Amino acid sequence: MNTHLGLIGKKLGCTQIFDANGNVARVTVVEAGPCIVVRKRSEEKDGYVALQLGFGERREKLTKKPLVGYFEKNNVAAKTVKSRKGHDVKVYPRTLKEIRLSIEDAAKFEVGQALTVQDLFTEGQLVDVTGTSKGRGFSGVFRRHHFAGMVSTHGTHEYRRHGGSIGTNMTPGRTLPGIKMPGQHGNKRATVQNLRIAKIVADQNLVLIEGSVPGSDEAVVTVRGAVKAKKKKA
Amino acid sequence: MGMQHPKIEALHTQRLTDNKLAAFRVGDTVRIHYKVVEGDKERVQVFQGQVIRKRNGGIGATFTVRKVSYNVGVERIFPTLSPRIEKVEVVARGVVRRSKLYYLRNLQGKAARLKDARDKAQGSSSAQA
Repeated sequence: MNTHLGLIGKKLGCTQIFDANGNVARVTVVEAGPCIVVRKRSEEKDGYVALQLGFGERREKLTKKPLVGYFEKNNVAAKTVKSRKGHDVKVYPRTLKEIRLSIEDAAKFEVGQALTVQDLFTEGQLVDVTGTSKGRGFSGVFRRHHFAGMVSTHGTHEYRRHGGSIGTNMTPGRTLPGIKMPGQHGNKRATVQNLRIAKIVADQNLVLIEGSVPGSDEAVVTVRGAVKAKKKKA
Repeated sequence: MGMQHPKIEALHTQRLTDNKLAAFRVGDTVRIHYKVVEGDKERVQVFQGQVIRKRNGGIGATFTVRKVSYNVGVERIFPTLSPRIEKVEVVARGVVRRSKLYYLRNLQGKAARLKDARDKAQGSSSAQA
């Protein structure tokens, strides 16, 4: 289980940058944080240790009242920000997510504390990024499982994109569970591991992550320290 | 390329406005001073040839330089905004009527020459436009 601290963020899109050596790096830009610690989960009370982080903005008026009550109970005050038209509006966090941590790590943080990109990440660090993959709807086995299909000639009749056999006849007389078949593809939680942080733009809360990240632009993603990162000599 | 998020575009504005390369056009003969890293050492390599293509695309813009070396055509694609390009000298300005000079690949020797624009224009001699 990933017990590295992370941030909730928004995928902004992809671009390329020149790294320190002048090489082109293909990056995904994620606006990560600032995240506010809304609540702490503890071993005694909840049976596990985690930080609940809040990210994004939703106008107070549009926040559901039970949620407003929840924020008030945890002493998370509404922030005042300028709206697009220049008015002052009060906002609460839009997204809440829990990040599980070790007890020692969790003790370093307090409710109400804001976490930013430069607090957590360094350039060159490996991270895991979790999000919801783009939904592809009900897809066939070509797209969903990369099946090769059948030959397109030699008398193939209406069987070019089919998956072929799904089992044997009398023994066991049923289709075994887990056989790859058509069905819903995408729109599912997905994690990409070991992506390198190419650059951090602290004043804009941006992390530029080498490679691609699940989901469409504007999607909510979680960036955390890589769970399988190999320890490298500094 | 679709619309980019304004924060992404802002990442590149600095680099885009910093671009101090000499203005050159397709058909020009240019000398590209390109930093090459070999081991720990860095040195500058010069690649001279004709610009046969310029591709726009903001930060991803590239151009292609072609030269004929020992009777073998050599083409090199440079990212226009690469920090490794130290400078670009324009050696000659060519007279061309199209934006992509792929037809030069099929020509050899005398046929592959381009007319020098400076022979045509009167008075203007500056190559560093």
